[in-house]
Amino acid sequence: MKAYRSLLVVIAALAALPLAVPLLVGAGLFAGPNTFYNLMIFILIITLAAQGWNIAGGYGGQFSFGHAAFFGTGAYVQAVLQTRYGVNAWVALPLAALLGGLVGAAIGTLAFRARLRGSYFALVTLAFAEVFRILANATPITGGAAGTLVPLKIGLGQMQFASSTTFFYLALTFVAAVLLLNRALERSRFGAWLVAVRENEDAARALGVDTLKVKLKAITLSAAITAVAGALYTQKFLYIDANIAYGAWISVEALLAPIVGGIGTVLGPFIGAVALIGLGEAAKTAIHAVFGSAVPGVDLVVYGVLLIVVIAFAPRGLLGLFGKFDLFARFGIFGKRGGR
Amino acid sequence: MLDVRSVTKRFGGLVAVSDVSLTVPEGSITGLIGPNGAGKTTLFTLISGFQVPTAGEVLFRGEDITGRAPERLAVMGIARTFQIVQPFAGLSVAENIAVGAYLRHAGRAEAMARAEAVAAMVGLADLDRPASSLTVAGRKRLELARALATEPQLLLLDEVLAGLNPSEIRDIIPVIRAIRDAGVTILMIEHVMQAVMSLCEHVHVLANGRLIAAGTPAEVVGNPAVVEAYLGHGAAGRLQKGAANG
Repeated sequence: MKAYRSLLVVIAALAALPLAVPLLVGAGLFAGPNTFYNLMIFILIITLAAQGWNIAGGYGGQFSFGHAAFFGTGAYVQAVLQTRYGVNAWVALPLAALLGGLVGAAIGTLAFRARLRGSYFALVTLAFAEVFRILANATPITGGAAGTLVPLKIGLGQMQFASSTTFFYLALTFVAAVLLLNRALERSRFGAWLVAVRENEDAARALGVDTLKVKLKAITLSAAITAVAGALYTQKFLYIDANIAYGAWISVEALLAPIVGGIGTVLGPFIGAVALIGLGEAAKTAIHAVFGSAVPGVDLVVYGVLLIVVIAFAPRGLLGLFGKFDLFARFGIFGKRGGR
Repeated sequence: MLDVRSVTKRFGGLVAVSDVSLTVPEGSITGLIGPNGAGKTTLFTLISGFQVPTAGEVLFRGEDITGRAPERLAVMGIARTFQIVQPFAGLSVAENIAVGAYLRHAGRAEAMARAEAVAAMVGLADLDRPASSLTVAGRKRLELARALATEPQLLLLDEVLAGLNPSEIRDIIPVIRAIRDAGVTILMIEHVMQAVMSLCEHVHVLANGRLIAAGTPAEVVGNPAVVEAYLGHGAAGRLQKGAANG
């Protein structure tokens, strides 16, 4: 269990975070507890989407530029099942994951059977996400351009909570589960084969690795996890439209977070999401304080700068940077990277 | 164990391998030599399933395996190494070998144990360091170890000695012999004649895509056709004249 100890420490620290909220608010960092929780919930949802991307992209080297296809499918399945078919939110969530996974398997089958790699694979996934976005904008079942509104009905049964602390713990549960799943994956045969596929497909095949099967499994799992992030987004904001669910923004967040945090690492997506969204919000607040009004898109500028800085100075991500300090390495705080 | 029957491979107008037949008896170390560009590596890619022959067939233990995918051949017990070594650069030495070991051992503990055993057999130490930090000789051993970790019955070695210095070659020859003695049949492409002479029981010579000679190493190096393939037309005659005069 030694391999999981460092992760359990991180999870426990996150679970204890609400204890620090009065301090953070008292120090004037957040306007109120809800500001903090909303930010944290958003970070956790993005983390989950990025954790999904990281399985196919980080460990498997299959760079998808269209994880919005899976995020959006999860979000729409969660919304449409509730509003049109009266399905309970807790029942809808696993179905959202399942359908997201199926979309992943379908896109994966088409792309990998055609032997698409690298930028070709990225472009095809981007195209698929765009097709989904346009279709969702035009079909009646998704509410078309007007989007879908999930009626506000607070209650545990509806997965809607009066307190944002509860939703924080719900999102944290999913992120924690995927963290542990990720570590198990790193230590499994499938994980070893997946990294081998990323490093060198021909060499992997010579060693008996069925690369097509491994890539298909990876993209399916990857898509299912990102779809759960979409479903949680629906539950949190209770409204989605095509540009939110299938928008390029989420494809970018899902791949930027692991790249900034540490690609192909268990904690990379979370670290990256905290850095990206945290700095983005900080920039928004700072600009607002200086100019007295909001400057739209300033967080995207921060994303761009952060990405350039990371690629230039820490190609292995922020975790790779921490790894240089003995303290972290000695205590194995961030664990060992699954390759590269 | 391995039967190659009239295998031909064309790339457009170029015939890389032309009507080649050879057999590799079980338990042997069989050599495949020939000048650069003779088609040796192409023949390997045909046997190991990375390319499909234009004509002819490949049999393994009597079963037709022509054009079967490399990953399925690995499951059947055919492993290969690459002339240009292909380590998983981001992984440690042990993890590299474990990728091969996972083929027969699904559990992590067993696969890692197997990887360690194989590493010891080929003489690799310091297994936790990244594969990218290995020397050329180390990478060659890693290539060998990874293939061995799949527990093959037939091992195809593509110039595992190329790029090594004489003392490194002396070190690795007993390793290859030990692999054979452990029950693995070997077909090896090799340029280092010292190794071919001391290891192989039987040698096939390929030139311009055709098999021009076969026999024991001693027979083959004395064959005028082989000498001419390496040194040019008429070389065998001039050499003999030179020897007679000198």
